[in-house]
Amino acid sequence: MFDFEMLFMIGLKVLFALLMIGAVMTMAGYSVLAERKVSAWMQGRVGPNRTVLPLVGYVPFAGKFLKGMGMFQPLADGLKFLFKEEIIPGHVNKFYYNLAPIVALVPALTTMTVLPFGEFFADNGESFPLMLANLEVGILFILAVSSLGVYGIVLAGWSSNSKYPFLGGIRSSAQMISYELAMGLSLLPIFLWVSEPGTGAMGLSLVDIVDSQKQSPWLLLVQPLSALIFLIALFAETNRLPFDMPESETDLVGGFHTEYGGFKFGIFFVAEYAHIVVGSAIFTIVFLGGWHFMPWMSDPWPATWIGSLIGVGWFLAKTIFLIFFFIWIRWTLPRFRYDQVMNLGWTKLLPLALINLIFYVCLVTWLDQPPA
Amino acid sequence: MNTVDLLFYFFATLSVGGGLLMVISRHPVSAAMFMIISLVSVAALFVLLESFFLAILQVLVYAGAVMVLFLFIIMLLDVGPEGGKVSRVKMLSGLASCLSVGILVILLLQFSGIGDASLSNWKAIQSTESVTGDSLVFSTSLKNFGYGLFTKYMLPLQVAGFLLLAAMVGVIVLSKKSTPDLDA
Amino acid sequence: MAKTVVLQRKPLSLSERTYLPQIVTGLKTTFSNMFKGKVTLQYPEEKPNIPKNYRGIPTLVKDPNGREKCVSCQLCEFVCPPKAIRITPGAVPESEDDREHVEKAPQEFEINMLRCIYCGYCQEVCPEEAIYLQDEYSLSGYSRDEMINKKEKLYELGGTLPDQHYKWDKKKNAEDEGNDH
Repeated sequence: MFDFEMLFMIGLKVLFALLMIGAVMTMAGYSVLAERKVSAWMQGRVGPNRTVLPLVGYVPFAGKFLKGMGMFQPLADGLKFLFKEEIIPGHVNKFYYNLAPIVALVPALTTMTVLPFGEFFADNGESFPLMLANLEVGILFILAVSSLGVYGIVLAGWSSNSKYPFLGGIRSSAQMISYELAMGLSLLPIFLWVSEPGTGAMGLSLVDIVDSQKQSPWLLLVQPLSALIFLIALFAETNRLPFDMPESETDLVGGFHTEYGGFKFGIFFVAEYAHIVVGSAIFTIVFLGGWHFMPWMSDPWPATWIGSLIGVGWFLAKTIFLIFFFIWIRWTLPRFRYDQVMNLGWTKLLPLALINLIFYVCLVTWLDQPPA
Repeated sequence: MNTVDLLFYFFATLSVGGGLLMVISRHPVSAAMFMIISLVSVAALFVLLESFFLAILQVLVYAGAVMVLFLFIIMLLDVGPEGGKVSRVKMLSGLASCLSVGILVILLLQFSGIGDASLSNWKAIQSTESVTGDSLVFSTSLKNFGYGLFTKYMLPLQVAGFLLLAAMVGVIVLSKKSTPDLDA
Repeated sequence: MAKTVVLQRKPLSLSERTYLPQIVTGLKTTFSNMFKGKVTLQYPEEKPNIPKNYRGIPTLVKDPNGREKCVSCQLCEFVCPPKAIRITPGAVPESEDDREHVEKAPQEFEINMLRCIYCGYCQEVCPEEAIYLQDEYSLSGYSRDEMINKKEKLYELGGTLPDQHYKWDKKKNAEDEGNDH
């Protein structure tokens, strides 16, 4: 019959997964707020500062501060999306039109199963990474699943049966295919560097990468070019502003979600920001030392549950800084033209990534020579 | 029947059913979507065999890249439900289906032990921790894949790479065909 | 004569071709902007300064003695490009004996604010300086009927403006005491 212990384990995992989804979705919601606030500050505006829950506004100091920072705005936005009328235009392919937002959101939320976000210190001094599933090929899993995210956009563009979403969908798939390659190639030198013979690290585990940056320089300082290529490809993969071809509002109205409204548009919106959150977390893990303190320094916090909490907090702080960086870039740089995006991807970034890879292959081979 | 078996039957049904629906469905986009479902559930079967690397490659290469290109082409050419109704293609697809059904039957016969090779000839997957170049044992670990590809299967790897290069050159030649008209 | 000089652009250096220094400069600019003062108004609480010659909602004004200035000559009605104004002329009420030599007064005066384009022609054409586009700019309503300003509403919005001429007083004096010249 059924294996009840296994069912219990599955139930526990589902619970953890739901918690994680809650955390990432909250971060995605507040990234939207951060986007609005930071853009407002950069443009000499105030940003959302009026939404407040009943009674909270009367709390002497904190209430006014929370209201001024727009802390309840994501709640109001979410409710607005929920209560809006669900319009399905007559000219769409209904099945795929309804399927597309789900297909866009699921990969964004699936990638976080293999994201380590801290370490737990057991009583006997051992440490375990805090994550849902410790996969030996974690980074490949993330690349694979996030590459499925393009289906949501392509299907939305196609099923809308209208020209602007269609162009958005076509652009998006072309862009994602172009930059996935550079992204993967920029990560290879990292793994070459980390899994040197003699160390325990092998394979493509994200935990090993973080641990290799303990008390040693961050990989950002070791391989700045890889980090740069990865960051550029990350901007392209998350459809952020210098590369937001699929939804560039000046030439495509709204891009792939032109025909969407209400909650389905909200799902696209949240999926986009969930991508940014997960992307920032990956960059933190791979290049910024994850939950370890500073380059060349050992963690100043004790190896207890307090230490692991501070570690998670430090990891979150780095991730939030990267989210801020995403927003910062968006409100600084203008958008590339479509042909410029393709040109940059194929004729600049890809050869650069290849040269970078070959350089580090030679370097690692030279460094790993057994002493004669 | 335990949970793993249940999952196996679920994903096996999904992959075979997806493949079947892909052949039957009239609309190319639906066919592509069913093919994606089939490919992803095959990846899930790999996961059940604890071969995560293969599973992820399956998703990364087939579902993530090849099928996106398929969908891309289908949408660009705007192939409707009547897209594949050309008689020459019909004959070709008939030939191809006969061939693949034949291969399937032969394989099934072999598996069921009726043919020459019995089931005992199929080695079980063993997981060994350390692998050297001399004694290569096939396992699901990532390191073994690497060693295998670059030692024992070096020649097939190079040949496959060369084949892909030839295909790439062919594509470039074909797509550059129209330039003499522009020069003239 | 002006001479056209074609400037040769200098080829970009390697660091310029990566765009990275320029991006860093841009990032610096946006970052420093984050700490500068805000330029926006908190609108419903803070109101913008309205310049004196602002063309807001057209209103009817009274003279400093609280008398109706409009004589319903209907010039504004004729000049109004979107035909937003409709005047029903009537007689000056008997009770106002100091205005008896004024022949007419509006019985009804309507400005349809759904049609009004705030051009200010009515103010320009008015011989009595009775219609003014003042500083009120925010107008809203729940129905179309609400958006048609009636005479009472127009006088309420307009209030009283200083008058230099007292044209009808002068005319009355002339009538009573004979012309000056």
